[in-house]
Amino acid sequence: MLRVENLEVVYNDVVLVLRGVSLEVPDGKIVALLGANGAGKTTTLRAITGLLDIHEGEITKGSIHFDGDEITHLDPAVRVKKGISQVMEGRRVFAEMTVDENLKAGAYVNSGSDAVEAAYERVMDLFPRLKERRKAVAGYLSGGEQQMLAIGRALMQQPKLLILDEPSLGLAPLLVQQVRDVIVEINEQGTSVLLIEQNANMALSIAHHGYIMETGKMVMDGPAEKLLRDEDVQEFYLGLRGEGERKSFRDVKHYKRRKRWLS
Amino acid sequence: MIEAVVFAQAGTSPAGRLLVDFLSLGSIYALLAMGFVIIFKATQVLNFAHGALAALGAFLVASFATVLQVPGRWMPGAPLWLRWTLSVLAALALATIIGMVLERIVIRPMLGEELFAVAIVTLGLDIIIRTITNDFIGTQARPLGDPFGTNVWAIEGFTLIPWTIIAQVATTIVLVALVALFFRSRLGIAMRATAFDQEAARAQGIDVGRVFSISWGIGAFLAGVAGIFLSLFPRRAAGVDQSTAFFAFAAFPAIILGGLDSVVGAVVGGFAVGLAQALATEFLTGISFLGVGFAGVVPYLLMLAVLLIRPYGLFGSEEIRRV
Ligand SMILES: Nc1ncnc2c1ncn2[C@@H]1O[C@H](COP(=O)(O)OP(=O)(O)OP(=O)(O)O)[C@@H](O)[C@H]1O
Ligand SMILES: [Mg+2]
Repeated sequence: MLRVENLEVVYNDVVLVLRGVSLEVPDGKIVALLGANGAGKTTTLRAITGLLDIHEGEITKGSIHFDGDEITHLDPAVRVKKGISQVMEGRRVFAEMTVDENLKAGAYVNSGSDAVEAAYERVMDLFPRLKERRKAVAGYLSGGEQQMLAIGRALMQQPKLLILDEPSLGLAPLLVQQVRDVIVEINEQGTSVLLIEQNANMALSIAHHGYIMETGKMVMDGPAEKLLRDEDVQEFYLGLRGEGERKSFRDVKHYKRRKRWLS
Repeated sequence: MIEAVVFAQAGTSPAGRLLVDFLSLGSIYALLAMGFVIIFKATQVLNFAHGALAALGAFLVASFATVLQVPGRWMPGAPLWLRWTLSVLAALALATIIGMVLERIVIRPMLGEELFAVAIVTLGLDIIIRTITNDFIGTQARPLGDPFGTNVWAIEGFTLIPWTIIAQVATTIVLVALVALFFRSRLGIAMRATAFDQEAARAQGIDVGRVFSISWGIGAFLAGVAGIFLSLFPRRAAGVDQSTAFFAFAAFPAIILGGLDSVVGAVVGGFAVGLAQALATEFLTGISFLGVGFAGVVPYLLMLAVLLIRPYGLFGSEEIRRV
């Protein structure tokens, strides 16, 4: 079980981005973490996985426990070995390497060759499309295939907890469905999931529990069905009212992302 | 040029001279380029100190073999070739450690900084290593004390130069080993992943610091190997001197020609530059208006010509980007 308590994160010694974030991911569950742009979702992920340092970020308060051990300041590699894997925002596949090589890179911490073999079989079963494109250079895969590869790469570490950062971002509705189904399947195979999303509909439809974050704080949390029915959540995150506005807001986000990947 | 003079004394035919020049220069450039490429391929760092590391490696061999006489005093009865081989191994081990230490104290703190800034730091490193090494070397060339010297092997009417043959074998072994490393081994895959996206590599649990350390170790080792061949007959039989680092620096055209990130490219580029320089030495040296050192400029001309046609070098990969 993952337990984040009262976490504060500061970037560049001055920008306070997380102001006392707490959340729990019980074993075997899917937990959704929702929030608008800049709410601090990715920062929370970085804190949990130990990747704040390259962003000049630092945990100034609070703690993170995984399976009873404190991991707040551990090396990222150690956390991966303990069973926490992530699928980063924007997929971040190794574009110049083949699909197989990407999966091999994902299996770096997994030392036994039997374990690697088993993880590889699991990934190939989950993603038949990747199996067909095993030798293809990752950079030439479609966006959906790249997302599958990013998830597959993380699964090569045989995680106990998988954290996905906006896996539906930039994907067509049909592909979002596929990603959703895959997450459910992975969870049914026994992996806990922390699903970071702006697509609240998708996330809450499969999650057991949900958290909603705004400007570095949790503003609401509860069972997923309850959140789905909540009026405020409906208005602000599910786009059931003021639909036009919501939609254009999301388009702006996609546009911004695309530019960043191109540069 | 010094090389040409050496051959005139060796008394080989023009064709033989050309072949020896090509092979000996080509393999040295190839070894230098491969050492450079491994650092670039794993860390994206352009290591401008590579030439200085080559001279340092050769100097360490000279010191171990002729000054410290490792391991002569502990194995007085052993034949020269054995004692010399042990000196070389000790010197290369030390060169490897120096590479790793330099990475740890100079390069590691720059992790995540602009690659341009890191490249400038290696330029500074080049000056420091070169100055210190040259201080130790002094004004005279330091012989490496090898068992062959200027001897040649005469077999079936052919004159074979031992170090040139050995350099070809070494180049082949290093080439095969590096290709296997990058495309087969877990560490090599981790190196390529690290070079492409450090953060994503760390997210997989890859120890990026370890990747940096190992690649600098191997890079410095290979620089040392090249430096040794550079300081032996038929290159500079007198040994390592203050111009060795500068000469090793001339491997850059070979590196860029092959494409910064390709091991095979490094070898092809190395031999292409070796051939161009050998031809220039043979045929252009007498042409007075070109000046005395013209053969030394030829590698750079070749590099410019190739880059005009193929900006990524002969084997370099274009960047793959996709939304
Ligand atoms: N390296 C950084 N240095 C300074 N501020 C940062 C840095 N990274 C993020 N921030 C700031 O921290 C806040 C939270 O960013 P974060 O990326 O965690 O949000 P997010 O919820 O993941 O948003 P999105 O949905 O757009 O991905 C934002 O205001 C952002 O500008
Ligand atoms: Mg984010």
